[in-house]
Amino acid sequence: MFLGLEYYLVLSALLFTIGVIGVLIRRNAIIIFMCIELMLNAANLAFVAISRDLGQVEGQLFVFFVMAVAAAEVAIGLAIIVSVFKHRETINVDEVNSLKG
Amino acid sequence: MNAEMILFFIFGAVSLIGAIAVISFRHPIYSALSLIVTFFAQAGLFVLLGAHFVAAVQVIVYAGAIMVLFLFVIMLLNLGTLSEKGALTGKLKGVATVLGILLAIQGIYIAVNALNNTEVGSVEAQEKAAALAENPIETYDIGKLLFSEYLLPFEVTSLILLAALIGVIVLVKRENQTEN
Amino acid sequence: MSKALIILLLISPLVGFLINGLFGKWLKGKEKLSGGIGALAVLVSLICSIVAFVSVQDGNILEGDAGILYPWISDYISIGFHVDALTTVMLLVITGVGFLIHVYSIGYMHGDAGYTRYFAYLNLFVFAMLILVLGNNYLMMFVGWEGVGLCSYLLIGFWYEKQSATDAGKKAFIVNRIGDFGFLLGMFTLFAAFGSLDFVSIFDNAEAGNFQQVFGASTLVIATLLLFVGAVGKSAQLPLYVWLPDAMEGPTPVSALIHAATMVTAGVYMIARSAVLYNIAETGVVVAWIGVLTALFAAIIALKQNDIKRILAYSTVSQLGYMFVGVGVGAYASGIFHLVTHAFFKGLMFLTAGSVMHAMANELDIRKMGGLRNKLPITHATFLVGALAIAGAPFLSGFWSKDEILHSAWGSSKVIYIIGLITAFLTAFYMFRLIFVTFYGKSRVEPEVASHLHESPGIMWVPLVILAIPSALIGLLLGVGGHNSWFHHFTEDVFPKAGKAPGNVILFMAISSIVGIAGIAFAWTRYKNRVPSDEPTNALQKLVANKFYIDEVYNTFIVQPIKNASHFLLWRLFDTGIIDGIVNGVATLIRVIGGTLRRLQTGLVQVYIVSMVIGIVLFLAYYLFFS
Repeated sequence: MFLGLEYYLVLSALLFTIGVIGVLIRRNAIIIFMCIELMLNAANLAFVAISRDLGQVEGQLFVFFVMAVAAAEVAIGLAIIVSVFKHRETINVDEVNSLKG
Repeated sequence: MNAEMILFFIFGAVSLIGAIAVISFRHPIYSALSLIVTFFAQAGLFVLLGAHFVAAVQVIVYAGAIMVLFLFVIMLLNLGTLSEKGALTGKLKGVATVLGILLAIQGIYIAVNALNNTEVGSVEAQEKAAALAENPIETYDIGKLLFSEYLLPFEVTSLILLAALIGVIVLVKRENQTEN
Repeated sequence: MSKALIILLLISPLVGFLINGLFGKWLKGKEKLSGGIGALAVLVSLICSIVAFVSVQDGNILEGDAGILYPWISDYISIGFHVDALTTVMLLVITGVGFLIHVYSIGYMHGDAGYTRYFAYLNLFVFAMLILVLGNNYLMMFVGWEGVGLCSYLLIGFWYEKQSATDAGKKAFIVNRIGDFGFLLGMFTLFAAFGSLDFVSIFDNAEAGNFQQVFGASTLVIATLLLFVGAVGKSAQLPLYVWLPDAMEGPTPVSALIHAATMVTAGVYMIARSAVLYNIAETGVVVAWIGVLTALFAAIIALKQNDIKRILAYSTVSQLGYMFVGVGVGAYASGIFHLVTHAFFKGLMFLTAGSVMHAMANELDIRKMGGLRNKLPITHATFLVGALAIAGAPFLSGFWSKDEILHSAWGSSKVIYIIGLITAFLTAFYMFRLIFVTFYGKSRVEPEVASHLHESPGIMWVPLVILAIPSALIGLLLGVGGHNSWFHHFTEDVFPKAGKAPGNVILFMAISSIVGIAGIAFAWTRYKNRVPSDEPTNALQKLVANKFYIDEVYNTFIVQPIKNASHFLLWRLFDTGIIDGIVNGVATLIRVIGGTLRRLQTGLVQVYIVSMVIGIVLFLAYYLFFS
C-alpha cells in the first residue's frame, strides 16, 4: 500500500506557500525567481502524486511540459535581469519602479 | 510506518528546510545552493512516487541546467548581498506572513478534505492504483504517449524553447553594436 | 388686381437687397450703380403701388381666399396678401417716401465705406415693411414687424465703429423686444380665441361673437391691449419711447425713412388694421390716453433739446402720439391720414436736417448754427414748409390731419382734446424755435465750417423739393371736408363707421389755427434774434432739459437691477457657481479619484503581487468555505 496522497499534497502546499512568501518578502530579483521555481516544483510534486494516485501517465507528462516552459521562462527572466542590471546597476525590485503612476 | 513513509519524511523535511533556506539567506549564492538541495530532495520524492523519468529530468534540467544558469548569472553580475531595507520591507513582511499562513491553511485543507469529494481517492482510483503498483508507469509509457497523443504540444514546446532562445539573444545583445 | 403685381411689388426690393448684399464687393466704388439699383428696386415697387392703388380705387380688393398664395403652417396660416384701401395708402407712403429717400441717400451717403451695405439694408427694410402691410394675417405682419425691427437695428448701428451707435442699436432692439413680446402674446391670445390669425376670418368672427372666450368676457380686451404693447414698443410711445431719440445715431435718411415715416407708424397701422377688434373691446380709450400723454410729454422734452435730430425725434414721438389719439378715439381714417401727412413732412424735415448736417460737416447742435437761411436757401425753404405743416399752419397738410384728430378727440374726451391742443401749441413753438435758432439770427457757425457752407447737390435737394410739395398740399387734396373728405371716402370700407364728431368744423379749424400761429409767434418773440442761452435756470427747466431723467430712471430701476441680477445671480451664482461648479466639480472628482488610485500604481512589483495573493486567498476562501 502506498503512502496517502494527502501527505504529498500537504508538502506541496507548504512548499508553494514558502515560495509565495519568498516572492513577497525578498527584494532580490534573482531570489524572487528562485521562489517562482520553488512554486513550480511544488506544483510538479502535486502533479506526480495525483498521477500515481489515479494511475494515469498524463500527470508526469505535464510535469515534463512544465519543466520545458520553466526552462524557457528562466532563460528569458535571467536575460531580463541581466539587461536591467546593465541599465540600472541594481536588481532590487524596489528600485526598479519606473512604472509607477 | 514503512520505508516509503520514512523516506518521504526525510525528503520532505530536507526540501522544506531547503526552501526556507532559499528565502532566508541574504546572499543569492547560498539561496541558489539551497534551492539545489530542495530540487534533489524533490527528485527523491519523485522516485518515491515511481516517476523515475521525472526524477531524472528534475536532476538534469532543474538541478543541473537551470541552477547552473542561476549561478552563472549571479556570478556574472557579481551580485553581493542586497540591502533588504526597501521602502515596504517591514510592512510587507507582516502581510506576507499572514497571507502565507492563510494560503498554507487553505492548501492543507484542500489536501485533507477537498479531495474526498472528487474522483481522487475513490474506490476505482484505489483499485487502479493497486493495479499500478504491480504495473508501474515506465518511461516507455511516457514516451509513447508523448509522441502519439501529445505530439502537437511537444512540438509547440520546442517552439517555445526556440522563441526563448531568440528572445534571450535579443535581450542581452549589446546595444552599442548597432551604433558601431 | 393680380397677385403677380403684388409679388413683383414685394420682390423688387428683395432683389435689390440681394444684389447689393451679395455683390457689394463688386459694386464697391460704383456708388451710382449701387445706389441706382437700390432706388430702382423701390421705384418698381412704387409703380406697382400706384397701379394697385388705382385698382383698389376701382373696387378691386384682394382679400380673403383670393389673396392666398399657398398654405404655410398646416391649415391654420397661409402666406397671402390683403390689399385694400388701407394697404395701398401704406404702400404709397412706404414706396413713395422710400423712393425719394433712396434717391436722396445716393448723394447723402457719398463716400461712405459701407455704401452698398447701406443700400442693401435699406432695400431689406422696404421689403420687410411691405410684408408687414401686405400680409393677410397677424403672423405675416409679425414677420414684417420683426424684419423692420432687424433693419432698424442694423441701420441705427450702421456706423458700428461708433460705440454710441451700436449702443443705440442695441437699445432699440431690446426695447422693441419688450413690445414684440406683447405682440406675440396678443397673437397667441387671438389664435387661442379664433383658431386662426387671418384678418378677415378674425374680424368676421369677432363681429359675430363667434370665438372661444379664453379669458372670459375680457378675451378681446386682453388681446387688443397686448397687441397695443407691441405698438407701444414699435411706435415709441410711453413708456417705451426711449429708443427712438437714441436711434438718431443712424444715418439721417434712415431716421427719415424708418424712424419717422414708416416703421414707427407700424403700430398705428396695426391698430387701424385691427379696428374691428378695438371697437368691440373698447380699448381705444387706453390707446388714446397713452397717445395724448406721449404727445404732450415728448413735446415738452423737445422744448429744451439742442440737437437738431433729437428735436425731430421727440417731435416724431409726439406726432405718433397724435396718431394713436386718432385711432384710439375711433377716428381710424384720421389717424391714418395723419400718418400719411406726417410721413411726408417729417420725412422732409429729417432730410433737410440731413442737408444741414451735410453742409455743416455733421454738426448737430443748433446753438452752433444760426443764419443758415442765406447759405442754404432750398434747405431753409423746404424745412420751413415742413415746419409749417407740422405746426398746423392753415391749409398745409398737418393742419388738416391734426385738426381732424383733435375734432374727433373732442367727441370722445374733452380732456384729451385740451391736452392735444396744448401739445399743438408746444409743437409749433419748438419747431419754430428750431427754425429761428438754426436759420435766422446771427451766424454762430465756427469759422472753418462756415467757409465750407454749401447747398446740397441736386440729387439731395430735388427729393426735398418733391417731398415739400405733398407736405404742403396733400392735405388740401385728401383732407378737405373733414369726415366727408376724399380720404375718408376712400377708406370707408376698411374701418368701422365712426360717429360724426359734434361741433362746428370751422370753429375747430379756427381754434387749431390760432393755437398753431400763437406757438409760432411765441417762438418768434423768444428766439427771433436771441442767441439761445438755454442753460436751465430753474429746477423745472433742468428737469425738461434732462428729458425728465427717464433714461436715468430706467437705468437705475430696470437696467441696473437686471445687470446686477445677471452679474450676481446668473453669472456669479449660476454660471460660475453652478454650471462651472458642475464642470469643475466633475473634473476635480476625477482628479481626486485618479490621484488616489494613482498611489496604487506604485511601480513596486511586490505590492501588486500582494494584492494578487490577497485575491487568491479570498477566492479560495470563498470557494472552499462558502460555496
